[in-house]
Amino acid sequence: MTATAHLTLDDVEEFGRELDKIREEVLADLGDRDARYIRDVIAVQRRLEVGGRVMLLASWLPPAWLAGTAALATAKILENMEIGHNVLHGQWDWMRDPKIHSTTWEWDIVCPADLWKHSHNFVHHTWTNVLGKDRDIGYSAMRITPEQDWRPIYLAQPFYNVLLALFFEYGIAIYDLELERVPSGEKTPADVLAQLGVVARKVRRQVVKDYVAFPLLAGPAFLPALLANLTANLARNVWAHTIIFCGHFPAGAEFFTEDRLDGETRGEWYVRQLLGSCNIDGGRLFHIMSGNLGHQIEHHLFPDLPSNRYAEIAPRVRALCDRYGLAYTSDSLARQVGSVWKRVLRLALP
Amino acid sequence: MTVMLPWVLRPLAEAGRWLSTPLSPEDYLSLLDPLWPAGELRGRVEGVHPETADATTLVIRPGRGWRAHLPGQWVRIGVDIEGRRHWRTYSLSSPPHRPDGRITITVKATPGGFVSRHLARSITPGTIVRLAGPDGVFVVPEPTPPRLLFLTAGSGITPVMAMLGSLLSEEIAADAGHRPPDVVLIHSAPTPQEVIFGDRLRRLAARSPYLRLHERHTRSAGRLRPADLAGLCPDWTQRAVWACGPPGMLDELAAQWPGPARRLRIERFTESLLPAASAAGAAGGRVRFTTTGRETDADGATPLLTVGENAGVLMPSGCRMGICHTCVAPLRSGRVRDLRSGLVHGDAGDLIQTCVSAAAGPLELEL
Ligand SMILES: Cc1cc2nc3c(=O)[nH]c(=O)nc-3n(C[C@H](O)[C@H](O)[C@H](O)COP(=O)(O)OP(=O)(O)OC[C@H]3O[C@@H](n4cnc5c(N)ncnc54)[C@H](O)[C@@H]3O)c2cc1C
Ligand code: FES
Repeated sequence: MTATAHLTLDDVEEFGRELDKIREEVLADLGDRDARYIRDVIAVQRRLEVGGRVMLLASWLPPAWLAGTAALATAKILENMEIGHNVLHGQWDWMRDPKIHSTTWEWDIVCPADLWKHSHNFVHHTWTNVLGKDRDIGYSAMRITPEQDWRPIYLAQPFYNVLLALFFEYGIAIYDLELERVPSGEKTPADVLAQLGVVARKVRRQVVKDYVAFPLLAGPAFLPALLANLTANLARNVWAHTIIFCGHFPAGAEFFTEDRLDGETRGEWYVRQLLGSCNIDGGRLFHIMSGNLGHQIEHHLFPDLPSNRYAEIAPRVRALCDRYGLAYTSDSLARQVGSVWKRVLRLALP
Repeated sequence: MTVMLPWVLRPLAEAGRWLSTPLSPEDYLSLLDPLWPAGELRGRVEGVHPETADATTLVIRPGRGWRAHLPGQWVRIGVDIEGRRHWRTYSLSSPPHRPDGRITITVKATPGGFVSRHLARSITPGTIVRLAGPDGVFVVPEPTPPRLLFLTAGSGITPVMAMLGSLLSEEIAADAGHRPPDVVLIHSAPTPQEVIFGDRLRRLAARSPYLRLHERHTRSAGRLRPADLAGLCPDWTQRAVWACGPPGMLDELAAQWPGPARRLRIERFTESLLPAASAAGAAGGRVRFTTTGRETDADGATPLLTVGENAGVLMPSGCRMGICHTCVAPLRSGRVRDLRSGLVHGDAGDLIQTCVSAAAGPLELEL
């Protein structure tokens, strides 16, 4: 643990207490302003979606196709990133509005919310970047750190990372079934089958909506409308994949071994979340479109604080890290993407 | 055509669901009209009328899906304050079937009261609120008893106002052969200015030969006691009685009512809970909410409703004082302490009122 060697145990706990204080302050301050924010984002997203779909009824006209596809893709990105992901984290549960609540929300991708909440909120956010515990490290399919043993299959990982980006929502759905836990007996085939049924029903509804129902409504423009839906889904998939990979895999992100978890204190948990996450620099619009995951560090420190608050507390978190001499990794999107791809390519080889 | 409608509408609705998955068509339609019933009943506050220094009538247009109430019933209203939803129960003060389709509630700002002060002082026209109900059994039965007595105090006049509106409405008065009943209203308030609906009541009494109004101004005349009633309304024990007011008045009345129990109907706005101190030392336990999978520690004095809300569970609630039964949830295991009586009770499967029950050891609730 070189990154924290200069800190005493007391320092780490004091660091944790300061973060707790930030969290407490935000919680005490939540109110109308925040409620208005999420309701506005939802209203904008739904209008964009309806607008896009209406334009696509005339998608034999190239300008209508372009504008409609752009609007639909934007709506789908907003829906998954700034709304779905964050609502499912329980960031808006404090409003006690059953319409915007982690226990009732369902999102516009093929992976059912309940399945995702377990593997993401619990497994990933608790065991962040711990090898053998955090299944998100390479999504059980890729070699992302040299500590993972090399196998010949990894030679193909640049190729299937591209596939994963394109079909990210399906990748997540399969991944959340946790198939690798069946051979070890942690999960029975019957469990998997039941979950598969849930996934299949969701996939069917999503596919019928995007690739049958709306294209049929477009009548003579069936094919362009279908292509528009496909494009919007692919764009959303690639964008989500890009942002999410930049959260934990660029240079600077640290990985941990399981012994780190023995008797881990709250302060140490915070430090692990900090060192395992990377931010992406960007403007307000970029942060909204990325579900505020450009503030991955703040998100991992405080996964259930409303996302509109991350930008506000980021300077304080950063100053705190400076004070304790802890690395706060942040860089432009282009550089973080480059860094992730360098890792994927390099570690494909032994 | 009307026979055809379901045939046309059902496939349309089904198609709408496929097009709007994973949401519902209503989620989009409510962008255009916030009163569209998007899985929840809503209302828009369209008028705010002060009644007294601390009581305000809110005129609310209910959204589609509202069914008309019986006079005397209450509605649950969910209002967002500082971003958080709060539910409370209010008697409807309007008679049903107003020509404009709107309903009213009349809220008295309770000292230190969080929601009532907001509704009585700060809410503005245009605000969208959530509604549930109507419900309640504090109503006049059919056929109407020939002689009625209403005993009210403070904001307890609200349900009675709705009943008077129907009992004495002009249509009934004009309906030859249908004699309106003989109504006595004895209402208490500290001063004449503090009588909610004071002017309307006085006008109604002046106009209608069937309503006798007696105002008791308690600051000068002292509190009304059951013993005073014989003097004000000699046949009071022969009448059907509706009473609504502070707990002290209602308890006294219930204890001293000489007539048959079925003729005395009481509506309580508050329930007297055990003083917090007597439950404060009681042991609580780990509480698990089985549907949502949330878990938390609870002491033996905090209502499970609050415990659940703080743990992020969507807890149904209404009056928050053991009256409306909106908050009931099945107990899976463990036992609870009733905060009104202190009694520890509960078997698996029992329906627990979470607003007046605290944990008595570890327990599981189906929520
Ligand atoms: C069936 C029913 C019908 C009701 N109808 C009406 C109505 O028509 N008009 C109306 O104004 N209220 C009515 N109430 C009361 C109302 O539901 C609220 O309880 C009341 O407005 C106080 O809410 P609050 O959030 O302001 O108080 P809270 O912040 O919840 O409570 C603050 C304090 O006030 C006490 N308190 C709560 N209610 C009262 C009360 N009524 N009188 C004195 N102290 C109280 C509490 O015990 C607490 O200590 C009705 C209640 C019920 C159950
Ligand atoms: S909320 Fe009304 S009885 Fe509990």
